[in-house]
Order: sequence, then C-alpha cells, then structure tokens
Amino acid sequence: MEQLYETLSAIPVADQTFWQNFFLKFYRAWFYQDRWLTYLEGLLTTIEVTVIALAIGVALGVIVAIVRTAYDQRRPGTHNPLLAVVNFIFKIYVTVIRGTPMMVQLMIMGFVIFASSRNFTLVGALTLGINSGAYVSEIIRGGLMSLDPGQAEAGRSLGLNYIQTMRYIVIPQAFKTILPALGNEFIVLLKDTSLISVIAGKEMVYYARAIVSRTYEAMFPYIITAVMYLILVMGFSYLQSILERRLRESDRR
Amino acid sequence: MIDVKGLTKSFGDNQVLKGIDEHVYPGEKVVVIGPSGGGKSTFLRCLNLLETPTSGTITFKGADITDPKSDINAHRQKMGMVFQHFNLFPHMTILRNMTLAPMKILKKSKSEAEAKALELLERVGLADRAGSYPSQLSGGQKQRVAIVRALCMEPEVMLFDEPTSALDPEMVGEVLDVMKSLADDGMTMVVVTHEMGFAKEVGDRILFMDGGVIAERNTPEEFFSHPQTERAQNFLAKVLM
Repeated sequence: MEQLYETLSAIPVADQTFWQNFFLKFYRAWFYQDRWLTYLEGLLTTIEVTVIALAIGVALGVIVAIVRTAYDQRRPGTHNPLLAVVNFIFKIYVTVIRGTPMMVQLMIMGFVIFASSRNFTLVGALTLGINSGAYVSEIIRGGLMSLDPGQAEAGRSLGLNYIQTMRYIVIPQAFKTILPALGNEFIVLLKDTSLISVIAGKEMVYYARAIVSRTYEAMFPYIITAVMYLILVMGFSYLQSILERRLRESDRR
Repeated sequence: MIDVKGLTKSFGDNQVLKGIDEHVYPGEKVVVIGPSGGGKSTFLRCLNLLETPTSGTITFKGADITDPKSDINAHRQKMGMVFQHFNLFPHMTILRNMTLAPMKILKKSKSEAEAKALELLERVGLADRAGSYPSQLSGGQKQRVAIVRALCMEPEVMLFDEPTSALDPEMVGEVLDVMKSLADDGMTMVVVTHEMGFAKEVGDRILFMDGGVIAERNTPEEFFSHPQTERAQNFLAKVLM
C-alpha cells in the first residue's frame, strides 16, 4: 500500500483520477506516518474524559436530586435549616449550569479558574462532570417524584428509615424509569467531550484538527472522527438496551 | 395500647380531623366506618405518623410517638400497615418483599427470614408464589401478600386502610378471611373499611367518623340495629339498602 501511495503521489493532482485522489487523501489522513495511532490516542482520551465526567456527574446528580427531593417532600411544619441552605445552594448550581453555555463554562474553567493548570484534559473532564451533574440531578429528581408515594409509605410503615427506603425501594424503581433519559444524557456528555478541544484538551477533535492543519485536507479527518463517535455511541446504546432488558424482568406477567 | 388525645390534622386551611380522643386496648378489633371525606383514613395514618398530626398526642405502649425526639421507625416496626392499593414493591419477588424489612431492621439471617415468610405464605395459601413478582398476582393475592409482609415484622397492632376497596368483588372474601383468621389469633386491629359484614362479625367496637370527629362509638350489634345519631342512621340507610 505504501508503494501504491508513493507511485500515485508522483502523479500531478490535475492528472489524478477521482479514485486515485480519494485514495491519496484517505492515506494521508489515516495511514501516513501512522496517523491512525493519533486518532486512537484521542479516542482513549475521549473515553477517559467521559468516564471521569460521568462519575462526577452521577455522584453530583444523585446528591443534588436527593437533597432537593427531600426538601420538596419535607413534612409540613418541620424546619431543618441545614437542609434549606444546602437546597438553596444546589438550586443556584442547577440554575447557573443550565443557564450558561457549555463552551463558556469550559473557557471560564480553563482560562480563568484553572488558568495556571497545564492539565487541560482533566480540567475539561471536571467541567463536563459539573455540567452533567446539573442535568442528571433534574433527571433523577423527575424519577424520584414520579414514583407513587405509596411505595415510600409502605417502606416507612414497615419501619425502614428514610435512607433504607430510598436505597432499597425508591431508587431502584426510579432508576428503571429514568434509564432512557439518563442514557440520552450520557450520549450528550460523550459527544460534548469534543468541546474540550477549545481549551486544548487532547481528545479526538483536537487531533483531527491537528492533522487537518498539516494535510490541508479536512474531509477525511473529520469523517473519521464522526465515525468513531458513532461507533462509541452505538456501543453505548447497545449496553443500555441490555441493561433495560434485565431491569424489565419484574414486569413479566 | 394506643392512646389518642386531642388529635387534629389540617391540610392547609382544610381541617380534616377536629379533635379525636380514643383508646385502643390490646387484643381489641376496632372498626372505623363512615362516609368518604370523614377523616377515617387520615385518622388511621396519624396512628403510625404517616401523617403528622397538627396537634394532639398519640401514645403507643406508654411512649409519646408525636414527640419529635421519639424514634418513629422503632414504633412503626410494631405497627403493621395494610394499604388500599397494596403497595407491594414491584421490583422484588414476593419473598424479597417479605424478607426485606426483617433482614434490614431486625437483622435476621436470610434463611431465618425466608423460613418465617414461607410459613406465613403457606398460611394464606400462596407458598407457591414466593418467587413471583407482584405484577403476576391478582389483586386479592397481592393484598394477602401485603398482610403477611406486615406480619413478618411481628407487629403488635395491625392497621388496615380500606384493604378491600381496590379489589374486584370476587376477591374481597379471600382477603377478609385472612383478616378474620388474624383476628381470631388475638391480633390488635384497627380497620377502616366499607365492609359492613366484616364490621359486624369481627369488630369489638365501631367508630363512626363523620366531619372529622368520631360521631358515634358503639358495639356492632347496637350500631347496626339501633344507631344513636342521626348521621349514623342516614349513613346506614344509604349503605345497607
């Protein structure tokens, strides 16, 4: 293949057939100087950033959702100042994160708050996680509120405390209902990792742009990147459908 | 066993309970009847604090459970509750529904909790459904499971909140039979129901609730043959056509 490349690249561009030109461009975008390794490096970073952001997002989302639901469903007449304060802070968090563009958040985190940090990838993952947490918390809150209050009442009437009731009864059921929305959010998160290239996070798009700037040929690097995202998302959707099928076990009649 | 003093409950501006004083003695079967909106269910739900009383005290076995410092979870373990809509946990098998609380709260071993659960399921004729999920059961079966799920915690009082109201008519009997056999065993019971036959047969005392107060207290015989208050007479005229 290398020989073919050498031979074809000797032909002047004006004399190349369509397929010869096609081959040359693709070769430069993928095989030349083992460039495919560069994409894979970006892919690994993309996965790494997604996993870190996912962990942060889910942890934040669960905490925020539980505090806000507990506050909304508190017994009338009782007053817990700590809960009220934390709830207020979380409400501001969700409002600010949902109210500002992801790209702006990245720039503020990368160029203002962590301006001295050189670990752009980690700053990007952190920002994405904080961003995702706000959306995940709203998804989980919806799931917790959609559950029949009788379920929690049945748990409490057996003597289970609030945390046990949440853990064994409310959350497992809420998880099942929010799974499609949660999967959606994770896909958005996975694709949003491409934005960290604006603060020099070295993921797929960052490397694709680097290759474009060297070959002056944009089509193949970007199409290759798109295909890699597509494969990742399809793989993720497949895992999600397996999980959904397993959770549906208790629905059979 | 349960002592209620000056119990009131308001939802916003709507006062549902307007001062209830009542005492439930050990082994007693108290049946609460009355028209919808009369406060029956709210009264029952206040007894284990699923509704927080607006004012008044509830004393259970000598402990004031309305005191914010009291451990309500510990008291609820001793008060079984059966709901109108069963409220089985749909994501767990019947067996797991029954063993969850004994294992997590009483720290029973899995085998011990399961043995007890199976014994109770046997008693209500559902031992073969232990591995099923609630969605695979009929309404009557679900309610029987809900009753034995509460019994797994070995409660001292059982509270029933219209246990047969959500059932198809042909399934009411099987649930009432379980409740009757429970009554025969000497369980203390507070039952909110529209089943007048059950009230007459099993009840030691009838509480007729209307407009947020106990309008009449009576024995079942007296209540159904010679209701004293006009409100009770009107109610009975409507339900016993």
